[in-house]
Amino acid sequence: MESFQPKNKKTLLKETIIEYFLIVAAIISILTTFGILFSILFEAIEFFNLRSFTYFITGSEWSPGTPNSKFGAGAIFAGTFVITFIAIAVSLPIGVFSAIYMSEYATDNIRTTVKPLLEILAGIPTVVYGFFAAITVAPTIVHIADLFGLDASFNSALAAGIVMGIMIIPVISSLSDDVINAVPDSLRKGSLALGMTKAETIKDIVLPSALPGIISATLLAISKALGETMIVVMAAGMNANKFSINPLEDMTTVTVQIVTALTGDFEFNSPDTLSAFALGLILFVVTLVLNIVSVMMIKKFKEKYKMSNL
Amino acid sequence: MKKSNNKNVFYDPTLAKRHSKAKVFKGFALGSLVLSLLFLALFLSDMVAKGKSAFMQTYIQVEVTYSEASIKSYRKAIERKYLHLVSRSAIRDIPMNAKKDPSLMGTKQLMWILADDQVDMYMKDQYYKLKDKDLKTLKTLITNNRIEKRFNTIFFTQGDSKIAENSGFASAIIGSIFTLLVTMAVAFPIGVATAVYLEEFANPDSKWSSLIEININNLAAIPSILFGLLGLSIFINLFGIPRSSPLVGGLTLALMTLPIIIVSSRAALRSVPASIRQAGYGLGLTKIQVVRDHVLPLAFPGVMTGSIIGLAQAMGETAPLIIVGMIAFIPDSPTSIMDAATVMPAQIFTWAGMPEKAYIERTAAGILVLLSILISLNAIAVYLRKKFEVKWQ
Repeated sequence: MESFQPKNKKTLLKETIIEYFLIVAAIISILTTFGILFSILFEAIEFFNLRSFTYFITGSEWSPGTPNSKFGAGAIFAGTFVITFIAIAVSLPIGVFSAIYMSEYATDNIRTTVKPLLEILAGIPTVVYGFFAAITVAPTIVHIADLFGLDASFNSALAAGIVMGIMIIPVISSLSDDVINAVPDSLRKGSLALGMTKAETIKDIVLPSALPGIISATLLAISKALGETMIVVMAAGMNANKFSINPLEDMTTVTVQIVTALTGDFEFNSPDTLSAFALGLILFVVTLVLNIVSVMMIKKFKEKYKMSNL
Repeated sequence: MKKSNNKNVFYDPTLAKRHSKAKVFKGFALGSLVLSLLFLALFLSDMVAKGKSAFMQTYIQVEVTYSEASIKSYRKAIERKYLHLVSRSAIRDIPMNAKKDPSLMGTKQLMWILADDQVDMYMKDQYYKLKDKDLKTLKTLITNNRIEKRFNTIFFTQGDSKIAENSGFASAIIGSIFTLLVTMAVAFPIGVATAVYLEEFANPDSKWSSLIEININNLAAIPSILFGLLGLSIFINLFGIPRSSPLVGGLTLALMTLPIIIVSSRAALRSVPASIRQAGYGLGLTKIQVVRDHVLPLAFPGVMTGSIIGLAQAMGETAPLIIVGMIAFIPDSPTSIMDAATVMPAQIFTWAGMPEKAYIERTAAGILVLLSILISLNAIAVYLRKKFEVKWQ
């Protein structure tokens, strides 16, 4: 579609200016990404000039603020992994099964009421979840563990992980619901006509077809769990030197340590503060890779079923 | 093949089992959905149960003596046995009252005074710490009807305080308003302009526009705390914007809100049919005139809906604001975007970390206030969409 070029020189000038303004606005979003990348990268490089990169990745002693401070983030990565694992263990089955019910069993009426309700879970501010985890869930877990004669921490990884799992249920259910809906109906009808029960159809036909989409949703959920800050700051531990896979013990995460390093009274150019940017760089790279893989998988799914509205 | 009495050639002996398995499967699916809704219900009821008591506050009727001695030392203004029952913040104000109204001097007044947080907790049947002596005095006061619970106006009119019963949410609300004004002033025009550029001007097949598109998708998925790192190293360290100010917080949130506004505005622009544009060109309008006078007004309800949802998300964001220093103890409301300020979620975070039990109900009450604002915003967005959205054939 071509429009008239304005004949009036003044109008032409005005329109060109507006168009340039629009281009500049579009560039700002690109600048933001690069801004994040470079602001983290430069400070992280400065950190790695002061401290060894290999020890950062593999070491296990994290002692900022002390003389001879050491920065080995092994235990931090382990804690992050455990809490993320718990969160996914909670949200993946609940999210996928909720999506199955909504798209395969529920009537349209139920679907239109329940879906927004689930979205509320995603809209609740994370600081609110953090309070819930710290004040309600953590003491309950300590209490229950006590009944079994177990010793649980008030900052247990389990409390933070479970609440984080609740938070990301809608991430998984919403995207899974979309992909399950996108599986062509002919596949279901074919299977039902061959005498399979509805459950068998879903299990053996629908879910395998929707698998790339579900995996993509899970990757997004993992990325969200890794980057989640407030829940773990309020409900998880601070000790960055303890290796453990017992979910009842307190564990710390990358995001907790970023907040700790930047809200402490350290000088900005000390390795203590800069360590936050090194952790931030790892977080940025990992979540970016997860997002890109997730987008690629959903693209494949779209191409397979010739979809355009996902 | 098992022998069966059934003559039906299609008879499958495992069928009953398969059907019961199918039922179990459906039960699982329904159970998961119910479970996630149950989480939501449990969570909301827990917040209401914890927070509703904070909307009432206990007051005590005591005799206040206005004399030279009580002006010099406010501890002498009320009887000694009540001293531990009333709030420190309230009796500190007694000399000020006398200054405002000199006729009070030399008189004794029966006044309702804010109670100490421990008294308040006792009245609300929560965990309290009171000495036996004070508890006895308190019980006599209760039998004499000199204790009363009133609506907690302090919570909505005052800022944070180290004295639990005197702390309020007002400065956080005002801080949030300032911060979000900055956010929307930056994110709205840039977001809409980017959407207009991508939808109306850019060639959709060019590398340039697909680069911008990939970028926006990535931006939406970057963990929020990393935006805080950007705010710290670029806005604060490079541009020298003051720490803890609504300006730096608002700018940081603006970058996070951008992708939401861009994506929803693009969807709204795309839903305007090409015939509108063709008619405009046919009448000799320039491209900018068509977009400005015809396409944008028609897409406006969608743009607004997306912006309100983005605003709601920015309002609940905490992590990046902690990094740029918006969690300092701030008793006064900010008066400009350069003042130190705190925002609602950051205030909730600060209170949640306080050791005194009296802050727990305030934290939950703050959460209730924040959630009601968020729910109203989302309801407005849904209403706008329903009311103004144009359905094209």
